[in-house]
Amino acid sequence: MGPVTADVLQVTALVVALALVYRPFGDYMAAVYTSDRHLRVERLVYRCLGADPDARMRWPAYLRAVLAFSLVGVLFLYLFLRVQNHLPLSLGFAAIPPGQAFNTAASFVTNTNWQSYMGENAMGHGAQTAGLAVQNFVSAAVGMAVAMALVRGFVRSRTGELGNFWADMVRGTIRILLPVAFVAAIVLVGFGAIQNFAGWHEITTLAGGHQTLTGGAVASQEAIKELGTNGGGFYNANSAHPFENPDAFTNLFEIFLILVIPFSLTRTFGKMAGNIRQGYAILAAMGLIWIGFVTLMTWVETAHPGAANQIAGAALEGKEQRFGVGASSLFAVSTTLTSTGAVDSFHSSFTGLGGGIALLGMMLGEIAPGGVGSGLYGILIMAVIAVFIAGLMVGRTPEYLGKKIGTREIKLAALYILVTPAVVLVFTALAMALPTPPHSMLNSGPHGFSEVLYAYTSAGNNNGSAFAGLNADTQWYNTTLGLAMLLGRFVPMVFVLALAGSLARQRPVPATTGTLRTEKPLFAGLLVGAILIITALTYFPALALGPLAEGLS
Amino acid sequence: MNTSVRNSARLLWSALRALLVLTVVLGVVYPLAVWGVAQTAFRGQADGSEVRVGGKVVGSALIGQNFTTGKDFAPDPKWFQPRPSAADAGAGAGPYDPTHTGASNLAVTGRPLTDLVKERKKEVAAFNHVPESEVPADAVQASGSGLDPDISPAYADIQTARVAKANGLSTAQVARLVVEHTEGRQFGILGEPTVNVLELNIALRQLAG
Repeated sequence: MGPVTADVLQVTALVVALALVYRPFGDYMAAVYTSDRHLRVERLVYRCLGADPDARMRWPAYLRAVLAFSLVGVLFLYLFLRVQNHLPLSLGFAAIPPGQAFNTAASFVTNTNWQSYMGENAMGHGAQTAGLAVQNFVSAAVGMAVAMALVRGFVRSRTGELGNFWADMVRGTIRILLPVAFVAAIVLVGFGAIQNFAGWHEITTLAGGHQTLTGGAVASQEAIKELGTNGGGFYNANSAHPFENPDAFTNLFEIFLILVIPFSLTRTFGKMAGNIRQGYAILAAMGLIWIGFVTLMTWVETAHPGAANQIAGAALEGKEQRFGVGASSLFAVSTTLTSTGAVDSFHSSFTGLGGGIALLGMMLGEIAPGGVGSGLYGILIMAVIAVFIAGLMVGRTPEYLGKKIGTREIKLAALYILVTPAVVLVFTALAMALPTPPHSMLNSGPHGFSEVLYAYTSAGNNNGSAFAGLNADTQWYNTTLGLAMLLGRFVPMVFVLALAGSLARQRPVPATTGTLRTEKPLFAGLLVGAILIITALTYFPALALGPLAEGLS
Repeated sequence: MNTSVRNSARLLWSALRALLVLTVVLGVVYPLAVWGVAQTAFRGQADGSEVRVGGKVVGSALIGQNFTTGKDFAPDPKWFQPRPSAADAGAGAGPYDPTHTGASNLAVTGRPLTDLVKERKKEVAAFNHVPESEVPADAVQASGSGLDPDISPAYADIQTARVAKANGLSTAQVARLVVEHTEGRQFGILGEPTVNVLELNIALRQLAG
């Protein structure tokens, strides 16, 4: 079988697996977020935190709870990393220095998982399992909670109540993330991912040399790292490391875990909105972009332009032999079109255009299918923009799901889509203009610029992958990337929840013959067009200086 | 003002308690539960797929290692050689260092990597006495992890004659070993065909005695 046929079949297998679970898993998640029963373990949690899970929250209260929980998360993780040398199972590693501890705490709480440290020689077992991996779960659950609040904003009328943050966050964790992660972790171990609490141990190799092997609770962290679209590797090599990602099957399985919640949430959305076909339209837009990017990436990496690739005969720099070009391209697209940022191959050594595709994926705002929760609310904001544009064309007040998109709604949606590009471009410009930050570049020319642009795009969009040649463990990058992650996560959430509150107060307008049918393929196409055009207009100059200059030279 | 400060304090206190109880469930119970099942059902894998020769651990089947001589890590002609590795802290442990994993991150359009690939191509061709046109890409481009345990069947093939000669074996004998240790795509469609270097070299040593 030729490599092209194998690549196509590999993608097909993934799509079939995602399609099989789409309905049951999406319906299950809808049931989780609409049920009024509490599990016993959940009641225990609610009692511990002293909150009433049935108290109904308007958007300011919901937002305050999101921010309080995240603020406490950042402070707690910061302290945890600062004192890790005193924690059990620290493996003798020192405390994480202040700048890096801030960066890492901001990174894991915002579901970004940018890493300016090297896991295997900085983090002990205590910091990995009880510090970082906990945020892998709860940051994902926060994203899903905010998405559910927005969906309720569309569904509910003449109220303003968006549900209860504590109930949404705890349920997402206990009923969705935890059970799936547990099963996934066991599967990963079965295929070779490690799960032990050993420290470094030296062995004598076959040829008589010495090698230091490392241990860790890798499988349990790997499972939630992918499922929660987090992406922070146990090891510096991330999912390229054989202990995190032992073979081609686990590779595909990890891609499945990355995509399963974001895609299935469109079913949850349709179910909760009372019209499954609304969910299908969103799914179609997401799926179209994803498959388009997969095709482009696989094509350009297989064609292997670039001087070093031309001499070598393929694009294998930074890629593992067991995955090869096809599986690595599939992973790279899936990780940058979601907010994951895990890598099974190193994007900095992708072809010039391939690296540009990874960058563009993040610049779309990570909505195809996007991060857990953040993908759904991100694309719903774009849907609001799309109906607004359509409304302008025909001269009617735009509506989406029976709600009027008036001045207030469109202002909030517009603010949402402005935040991240502003964060990305301003910080990139500052880093390029100041004297010291460019010293962190490994490569020169357009690729060096791409390293900086990629870093802020990744941080601002809460992705976490990198053109990792950039030395980001400096005071400048630790601080500014930390700020970019916090701004890129929480400012958009303010607008999402404000929008949800505003929608939930409205009374629904009945559909008429003039209503734009947002469950039709035409609308899915309009949505894809709006996403691509807005992103292109925003980022084209920056892309032209980096990956386009490199890829087309 | 006072009530709003008090409300904020109460909210933060709730948030902290939520985080603490979830840390116990997700940060302690969950990894230990996975560890318990893993150590019961898949002990070998959970402990790192260690490979033993004569009762002694010689490495992990999943982690590539050096087959080199001396302090400068020169390739040893007796052994099949792995891919170039960027997992090198430069502190004397050499490449394939699991405490320093990662990729080169060099641009494929840039001079540094282009020169490196050219140089490696020349070296690999000379080392294995084959023309440069036969040297496959994985032999001259470093992996993502720096610990890649595998090479392509093509890279194993060009090493066969050199390895056979250095071990006093016939090329046919060694070629048969390579075939036996070549894994096709997983389930026929996933990833790429591989040859695990450590396992191949263990079989080679048994054959050479």
